[in-house]
Amino acid sequence: MRDLIHFCWGALRGFPSRTLLMLLAMSIGVSSVIILTSLGEGARRYVINEFASLGTNLLIIFPGRSETAGINPSTMMGETPRDLTLGDAQALTRHRNVRRIAPINVGSADVSHGSRSREVVILGASHELLALRHWELSQGRFLPKGDLDRATPVTVIGSKIRDELFGAKQALGEWLRIGDRRFRVIGILASEGRSIGVDVQETVIIPVASAQQMFNTSSLFRILIEVKSREAMEPVKQFVIDTLQHRHQGEKDITAITQDAVLATFDRILSALTYAVGGIAAISLAVAGILIMNVMLVAVSQRTSEIGLLKALGATPNQIITLILTEAVMLSALGATLGVALGELGSLLIRNAFPDIPAYAPGWAIITAVSVALITGLLFSLLPARQAARLDPVQALLKH
Amino acid sequence: MITLKNIHRNFQVGDQLVHALDDVNLTISAGEYLSIMGPSGSGKSTLLNLLGLLDRPSAGSYHLNGRDVTSLSDIEQAQVRNQEIGFVFQMFHLVPRLTAAENVELPLILAGIEPAQRHAQVEAVMQELHISDRSHHKPDQLSGGQRQRVAIARATINQPKILLADEPTGNLDRKSGQDVIHLLEDLNRRGITLIMVTHDAEIGQRAQRQLHMMDGAITHEQSA
Ligand SMILES: Nc1ncnc2c1ncn2[C@@H]1O[C@H](COP(=O)(O)OP(=O)(O)OP(=O)(O)O)[C@@H](O)[C@H]1O
Ligand SMILES: [Mg+2]
Repeated sequence: MRDLIHFCWGALRGFPSRTLLMLLAMSIGVSSVIILTSLGEGARRYVINEFASLGTNLLIIFPGRSETAGINPSTMMGETPRDLTLGDAQALTRHRNVRRIAPINVGSADVSHGSRSREVVILGASHELLALRHWELSQGRFLPKGDLDRATPVTVIGSKIRDELFGAKQALGEWLRIGDRRFRVIGILASEGRSIGVDVQETVIIPVASAQQMFNTSSLFRILIEVKSREAMEPVKQFVIDTLQHRHQGEKDITAITQDAVLATFDRILSALTYAVGGIAAISLAVAGILIMNVMLVAVSQRTSEIGLLKALGATPNQIITLILTEAVMLSALGATLGVALGELGSLLIRNAFPDIPAYAPGWAIITAVSVALITGLLFSLLPARQAARLDPVQALLKH
Repeated sequence: MITLKNIHRNFQVGDQLVHALDDVNLTISAGEYLSIMGPSGSGKSTLLNLLGLLDRPSAGSYHLNGRDVTSLSDIEQAQVRNQEIGFVFQMFHLVPRLTAAENVELPLILAGIEPAQRHAQVEAVMQELHISDRSHHKPDQLSGGQRQRVAIARATINQPKILLADEPTGNLDRKSGQDVIHLLEDLNRRGITLIMVTHDAEIGQRAQRQLHMMDGAITHEQSA
């Protein structure tokens, strides 16, 4: 065995350009599998992390039936779905497994202080939202606890809004004009980054009742519910659906989705994407096998006299086949190793360039890439090996 | 030891059938020194390749040590080549990327012998042939005569009973050619059966038995 490896190693070194070409083909194939899957996997983990930052055990309720529910009497009659109201939100607090509940309203309005002004997305919310979204304050306090119906003229703003409207001046305690009303700034959100959909730094938050007045609506955009445990998700969801159906005169006109369901969908889509790109790269790797076959065929014809000589010295056909296959597998293994190194380097570079994306190639991708490389190397050199074994030694020795 | 009976070897070249060997009968005993001479294309190499199991006859029987070797499997034939037959070629046929010692070692590797024993054997043979100081040289760093010595070392490392040489001096100058012939005759004196194809009548006449070939047949035989 050691002699075999030694001999093949010598043969590989004896034809450096051929060896390098094969190594290149193999390592590019393997490294592209690794880089592509690490990108896909990184994107998947990025999205999952983003969802996790939304908060755990989250139930999201919005008005209107989801499309998948099909036709129901209200759509038949062309009715628009009933609004989701603050009363609905309050009714939902009664379940013992509901830890926090945050009704949300959105709209956009001009926000100004002194001569500076800009248009901002206004979030109508309640005291609970801070804890529910895991946000932090850098200064002051959040919206006060208490009655959801109270339209207190206070606001909590993101750090970027603070910078733009107040500059270096103290913002806390100052008055801010939002639309045609005045609000006192009571808190500044810490710029802890982004979470899906909302850029914390560019948010202006006011009590939900104030938002309803400002945008002249009794309807809510969403109700977010944090459930106490994962096991309670389904019962709470059912409770929400039942309660709201009861409150809405028997119409099932709301949609409640769990964060898990959304996450699972994204997870599925992105995993499929990762498998797909990994698979495509693996196919390109298999195509590299055809190159290997050609190169090995050339190798056999380049070395006919050597193979003929080995036969004259008493090499059996099996020994010749083993020799050629070992050579091909050694090449593939070396190429695969090089490819893994290149691929890891590539994903390291990606991680450096995009620190947000955890671009690590999944283990299955590395194992698949390496074994596809080895197997194609082996399979595609079977033909050249058998050709070498069938070589007529007399003819081979004649050639020069 | 060797018995050839009604050996034919035909080659199909285009639509023409070439009779490279045409009804050859030959018996060779152990330890003989035999030379084969004849004009180009008379079938000398074809006969030698057949004797060395590199080729199979189109018809006829070949008995080696009482065994019909034409009916052996590929693997068995390879074993016979490895253990009982040594080849020396006009073109030396050394593997260029291997050192002299590694070239000599090849038959032992193919026979599956342990490295330690291999190295001892290689060292011994190369010393005998006075090339041990060249053992780490690549073939292109050796003279023609030295290359043929390495080839002879390789051919004899498994202590075969038969040594087949196809124009072993064809690519050598007179002096190193003579050295090689003396070396081969030396091996013959120690018991190996030496069968040598040559163009050189002077060399051919040194053999005890001299075969003359023409158009694929043995025309006559002389003894020294
Ligand atoms: N593989 C082959 N295919 C076709 N014809 C062949 C083959 N090998 C040998 N021959 C023919 O067989 C005949 C004998 O060839 P061989 O090589 O035995 O001659 P030789 O006596 O060794 O000649 P030389 O002295 O030139 O080496 C020649 O006519 C040659 O052309
Ligand atoms: Mg010849």
